[in-house]
Amino acid sequence: MMPQPEHIDFIAAAYAAGAVVIAALIAWVTLDYRAQRRTLAKLEMQGISRRSASGRAETLTRAAKEDA
Amino acid sequence: MKALAMTLTDLANPSRFLRVADAAMPWLAGATALVFAYALMRAMLAPDDYQQGATVKIMFLHVPSAWLGMLCWGLMTVAALGTLVWRHPLADVTAKAAAPIGAAFTLLCLITGSLWGRPEWGTYWVWDARLTSELLLFLLYLGVIAVWRTVEDASRAARAVAILTLVGAIDLPIIKFSVDWWNTLHQGASVFRLGGSTIDRTILIPLFAMTVAFTLLFVTLLLAAMRNEILRRRVRTLHLMKASAAS
Repeated sequence: MMPQPEHIDFIAAAYAAGAVVIAALIAWVTLDYRAQRRTLAKLEMQGISRRSASGRAETLTRAAKEDA
Repeated sequence: MKALAMTLTDLANPSRFLRVADAAMPWLAGATALVFAYALMRAMLAPDDYQQGATVKIMFLHVPSAWLGMLCWGLMTVAALGTLVWRHPLADVTAKAAAPIGAAFTLLCLITGSLWGRPEWGTYWVWDARLTSELLLFLLYLGVIAVWRTVEDASRAARAVAILTLVGAIDLPIIKFSVDWWNTLHQGASVFRLGGSTIDRTILIPLFAMTVAFTLLFVTLLLAAMRNEILRRRVRTLHLMKASAAS
């Protein structure tokens, strides 16, 4: 059996802590992104959209009417 | 310089920023994973230090997380100036998104330092200048997060955070030079110092590789968190529009 390096428990604990912190950060940004997208989609399905988007739609509609 | 100013002006538009972030994120994530794989391999194959033995491997996590904890506060300091002086629309988005990431890396620095200190110094913690100033940085991060969470008005919170960040920036040179200014248990500068690094190449290369990997991870996480923050502000705007339409 290969001899274990001295203080392997401290090294393993440090790398485990690193893995936990990095995994937590990745989970935080991923889950938060999904939650925000879901809420935005829900609000847009209710017909609520941003002023810039609705403003753009109104401009396009007005342009289409003028063309007709 | 003019090109940088133009880029910053272009990115001031949140929709444009979202497009750039969406395009860059998969490439950044891929590069981060590749560099991490290489860096971890080099770290595991690195020889033991002649004094510290195998515990030197903790340095490959400890130094990059310490660097990012300080880099992140430095970035928040620039963002604070962006909020107070230039009123750049993405400045407070950056500051808010960066704080939890900086706090996480500073916490990792404290944990790994503690785990490295026990076998080397015989103690997990000592109230010396380097460790205490690093702990202060972590507490400052928590303070910033608390202000964002407690102040309802986003622009008031941004200004309060900007002032706190500028004041807190005083801690950065204290952390860096604490080992020169005071007698500390913590070792002095050994990577970036006049006269060159005191670390052997076989340990220095994995250390640089891990630092690049951590920095890429930081940039990826920051872009992702900024994108989330912009979406959160859109959700808030839509909720307000919904409320005003209902009344």
